[in-house]
Amino acid sequence: MASISNVLRRPTSTTGVWGWITTIDHKKIGIMYGVSSFTFFLIGGLEAFLIRLQLARPEHAVVSPEVYSQLFTMHALTMIFLGVMPLSAAFFNLVIPLMIGARDVAFPRLNALSLWIFILGALMFQSGWFLGGSPNSGWFAYAPLTSSTFSPGNGMDFYTLGLGVLGVSSVAAALNFIVTIINMRAPGMTLMRMPVFVWMTLVTSILLVTAFPVITVGLIELFLDRRFGFNFFNPDAGADVVLWQHLFWVFGHPEVYILILPAMGIVTEILPTFSKKPLFGYPVIVFSGIAIGFMGWAVWSHHMFTVGLGPIANSVFALTTMTIAVPTGVKIFNWIGTMWGGNIELKTPMLFSIGFIFLFIIGGLSGVMHSIAPSDAQQQDTYFIVAHIHYVLFGGSIFAIMGGIYYWFPKASGRMLSESIGKVSFWLMFIGMNVTFFPMHFLGMDGMPRRQYTYDSSYGWDFWNLVATIGVFLLAAGVIAFVHNFFRSLRKGEIAGNDPWDARTLEWSIPSPPPEYNFAEIPIVNSRDAFWEQKQRGEAGEQGTGAGYGEEEHHDIHMPSPSYWPLVMAIGLTAAAYGMLYSYPLAALGAFVTMVGIYAWSMEPVTASEDH
Amino acid sequence: MINNRLRTIVWALASLLLVSAFVACTPEHPQSTFDSHGPVAEAQMGLFNLLTWIVSVVFVLVTGGLLYTVFKFRARPGAPPPQDIHGNTKLEIAWTVIPVILLAAVAVPTVQNQFYIAAPPEGEDKLVVNVVAHQWWWEFDYPDLGLSTANEFHVPVGTNIEFNMTSEDVLHSFWVPKLAGKMDIIPGKNTTMWFKADTTDADPSTPEKDSFYGQCAEFCGVAHSWMRFRVHVDEQDEFDAWVEHEKSNAKDPETDLEKEGYQLFLTKGCVACHAIQGRPDAVALRGPNLTHFGNRSTLAAGIKENNNENLKVWLKNPDDLKGGTIMANEAAVYINPDLALSNSDLDALVAYLRGLK
Repeated sequence: MASISNVLRRPTSTTGVWGWITTIDHKKIGIMYGVSSFTFFLIGGLEAFLIRLQLARPEHAVVSPEVYSQLFTMHALTMIFLGVMPLSAAFFNLVIPLMIGARDVAFPRLNALSLWIFILGALMFQSGWFLGGSPNSGWFAYAPLTSSTFSPGNGMDFYTLGLGVLGVSSVAAALNFIVTIINMRAPGMTLMRMPVFVWMTLVTSILLVTAFPVITVGLIELFLDRRFGFNFFNPDAGADVVLWQHLFWVFGHPEVYILILPAMGIVTEILPTFSKKPLFGYPVIVFSGIAIGFMGWAVWSHHMFTVGLGPIANSVFALTTMTIAVPTGVKIFNWIGTMWGGNIELKTPMLFSIGFIFLFIIGGLSGVMHSIAPSDAQQQDTYFIVAHIHYVLFGGSIFAIMGGIYYWFPKASGRMLSESIGKVSFWLMFIGMNVTFFPMHFLGMDGMPRRQYTYDSSYGWDFWNLVATIGVFLLAAGVIAFVHNFFRSLRKGEIAGNDPWDARTLEWSIPSPPPEYNFAEIPIVNSRDAFWEQKQRGEAGEQGTGAGYGEEEHHDIHMPSPSYWPLVMAIGLTAAAYGMLYSYPLAALGAFVTMVGIYAWSMEPVTASEDH
Repeated sequence: MINNRLRTIVWALASLLLVSAFVACTPEHPQSTFDSHGPVAEAQMGLFNLLTWIVSVVFVLVTGGLLYTVFKFRARPGAPPPQDIHGNTKLEIAWTVIPVILLAAVAVPTVQNQFYIAAPPEGEDKLVVNVVAHQWWWEFDYPDLGLSTANEFHVPVGTNIEFNMTSEDVLHSFWVPKLAGKMDIIPGKNTTMWFKADTTDADPSTPEKDSFYGQCAEFCGVAHSWMRFRVHVDEQDEFDAWVEHEKSNAKDPETDLEKEGYQLFLTKGCVACHAIQGRPDAVALRGPNLTHFGNRSTLAAGIKENNNENLKVWLKNPDDLKGGTIMANEAAVYINPDLALSNSDLDALVAYLRGLK
C-alpha cells in the first residue's frame, strides 16, 4: 500500500546524525533536551550578564534603553521557557522510564515531537534578536503596553507565537509523562512506592496540562489584537486590561511550581542516597507536593497586590499565599530529617542539594514576607522581588538541576564528572549567587524599582549594584567550571559502573549508559527504594551490578523504530508560526506540512515491518 | 581544631551580615522605605519589621539545624550504617502546626493593615488629588481647588491626601516610598490610595533635599526609568499661598529675550502639546502644563534640577536626558529640520520658560 508514510523510507539507523535526528529513544531525547536547554540557559545567562554590566555603574551606557527592555524580557523568558522547564524535561526523559522500570515512555514519537517543537520553537523565539527586535514589554507582557500602538514592530509577536509553539511542546510532553507514570510502572510499583521525583513529575505534568491552556487563550487574544485589530485588551474600546493580568498569573503562578517541583523531586532523590538513609516522611513529602500543586492555583493575585483589587481580595490572597508556606516548610523539615542520623557524603550532587535547601529557605522566607499584602506594596516591583525570585529560581531550581546533572550524568554517559572541579564550581556558584542576589534585598528596600535601565548617583544605589555585578563574575566562573567539567569528563571521566553512588532507585540497577531497551527483564518491585531493598536482601548481583537486568544482549526485545514525522511536524508548525508574521502563504504551507506529518505519522506502524 | 575554625567562620559571616544590614538600612537615601514619614508608610514598615524579626529567627533556627545536621552526621570512615528511620509522626505534626500558628499570628495584623491603608479614616478632613499618568510624566489635578499642575505637587502637612488615579496610555504605578507603598494606575479604570505626611522635610540632614521623591514603579516603556516626580509637603499657610499662586495666570514675558522666547513658544509648535494658563493660544494638554514651570525644582519629570543649563540641554535634544521621549520623537522642532531650534532660540526659550514663576 502506497500510503503517505512510505514516501520517505522509514529511517532505521540508530547511530550517527540521523540516528539522533530520528530517534524516539527517551534517553537520547533526554540528552538532546539537556544539551539544547543548557545552551539556552547560557544564552539567558549572557543576557543577565549584559543587564548587570549595564547596572554596574550609575548612568552606564553599555546598552541602549531599547535593548535593555529586550534584554530583561528575554532573560526571563529564556530562563523560564528555554532553560529551566526543558532542563526539567531532560530529567523527566532520562530518568522517569528508568525509575519506574519501563522500556520507554508511553508515546515515544510524541516525545520526539515535543523535543523538536521545543528546539525549533526556541530558535524561532530567539531569532527576534536578528529580525528587528525581541519582545520588549517584560515577560509578564502587561496590556496595553503590548498593543501594536505602544509596541510596534514584531517583537511582541515573537512572544505570542513563540510561547504558543513552545506550549504545544510542553503540553504534549506533559501528557506523555502523565500516561507513562500512570500506565508504565513495573509490576509492584504502586503509587506510594514511586520515587518522589516520579511523583513530582506527575504533579508538574498535571499543572502543565491545566495551566498552559489559560496562557494560550491570552496569547491568542493578544495575537488577534496585535495583528487583526481585535479589542480584547484595548481600554479605548472598553476592555478591562486587568483581564490580561488575571489570565497571565492564573497560568503564571502554577508555572512557578512547574519550575520548582521537579527541582524538589531531584533533591528528594539525592538526599537519601548520600545520607545512606531512606527518605524521612515519604507520605508527607508526597502529599505536600500535591498540596503545593493544588494551592498554586489559589494564589495568583499575590502578583497583583498593587493593582487595586481592593482590601478583601488582597486579604484573601494574602492568606492563601501564607498557607502555601506550610507544605513547603514541611518539605524542608523532612529533608533535614532525612539527613539527621545519616552518614552524609558531601559529594557534589549533595553539595548542590544542601545549597538548594539553604537558598530555598531564604527565598521561601522572603516569599512569606511578600504575602503580607500591605507591606508588599513597598516591595512590589522593586529589586527586593528580584532577589526573591532568584533565590527560588536560581538558588532553588538551578541548584537542584545542577545537583541532578552531577547525580545522573554517570548514568547517561557512563562516566563520572570530576568531583574536584565539581566542588570548585559549586562554591563559585554558591558564593556568586549570594553576592549577586542578596544585595538586591537592600536595593529594593532603598526604593530601586525593577526594570530600570539606569539610575543616577543621588539615589544611593551605586554600591550594592556594583557588588551585585561583581557577584555575577563569580557565578559565571562557576558555570564555566561546570561546562569545562562536562566536556572533560565526557572523554576522560572515571568509568561509572552501574551504581557509582550506592543509590536506591531502579535506574542504578542497569548498566551506564543503559542499553536501548533499558531493562532486559522488567523488574518486580516489592517496596520503596526498590533497588536498595534488593541490595539489602543480597539479590542484586555483585557490587550492585543489578539483578541481572540488561546484563546480556537481548535480541528478542522489540523497541519502536525511529521516525521522521515528529521532526516534519515540528518544522511545519514553526514555519506556520513564521508565516503568521511574514507571509500567509508560508503559514498555509507550514500548516499543510504539519497535516502531512500528522497523517503520515498516524499511518506509520510503531515498528518498521520486517520486509523494509 | 575544626570546631575553632568553624566558630571563626560563623562569627565572621555573622558580623559580615550584621554590617551589611546596617549599611543597607540607609534612611538618608531619597527613596528608602526605612524612613517613613507618614502613617501609611509607618504601618507598612511596622509589618515589614515584624516579619523581618520572625523570618530572621526562623532562618537562624532552620539553617542552623541544617548546617548542624550536615556537620554532625558527615560520613566518617568506619562509621556503622545509619538506622533506617522512615518518619516520626509527632515531629511531623509539630512542624506542620508550628508554622500554621506563626502564620495565623501574622495574618491578623496583615488583614487589619490591609483595610487601614485602603482608604483614609472616615470623618477626617481630606484633600483629593487626581493623578493622570502619561508616558512619561505626571499630571496632578486638585478638583476641589480648581488647579492643575505637572510632575511636582504640593500637599499640606498632617492632612489626609486621597488620590484618584488613571492613565492616559499604559499601566503606571504611583510610589512615594517615604509616604506610602505603591498603587498601580490603569487606563480605563480608577484606582485610589491615600497618605498623610507627618513632616515637611523628607531629609532633615540635607536642607537642600526637602522634597519627597516619587517614581513610576510599573514598567511603562522605554523611558520608564525617568518617570519621576516630587512631593512638596508644606505648612498649611505655605500650601494655601502655593494654591493661590498656582491658580493665577502665567506671568507676562518681561525682558526682550523672554518676549522672543514667548513668540518662539507660539510659532515653533510647543503649543501643540503644552498649556500655559491665561494664554488662549496655549491650551493643549498632551504634555505637562507649564503655567508656573519656573517655580518647579526639577524638569523632565523629576530627573534633573530645573536650571538654565539643564533646560537648555533638554530643549536642544530631549533624548539626551531621557531616551525615547515623545517630545523628541514627535515635536516639529526635532523632526522637521526647517523648524530646528538655533542656539539663540534655545536661550530665548529658556529665558521665557524659566521666567514662568
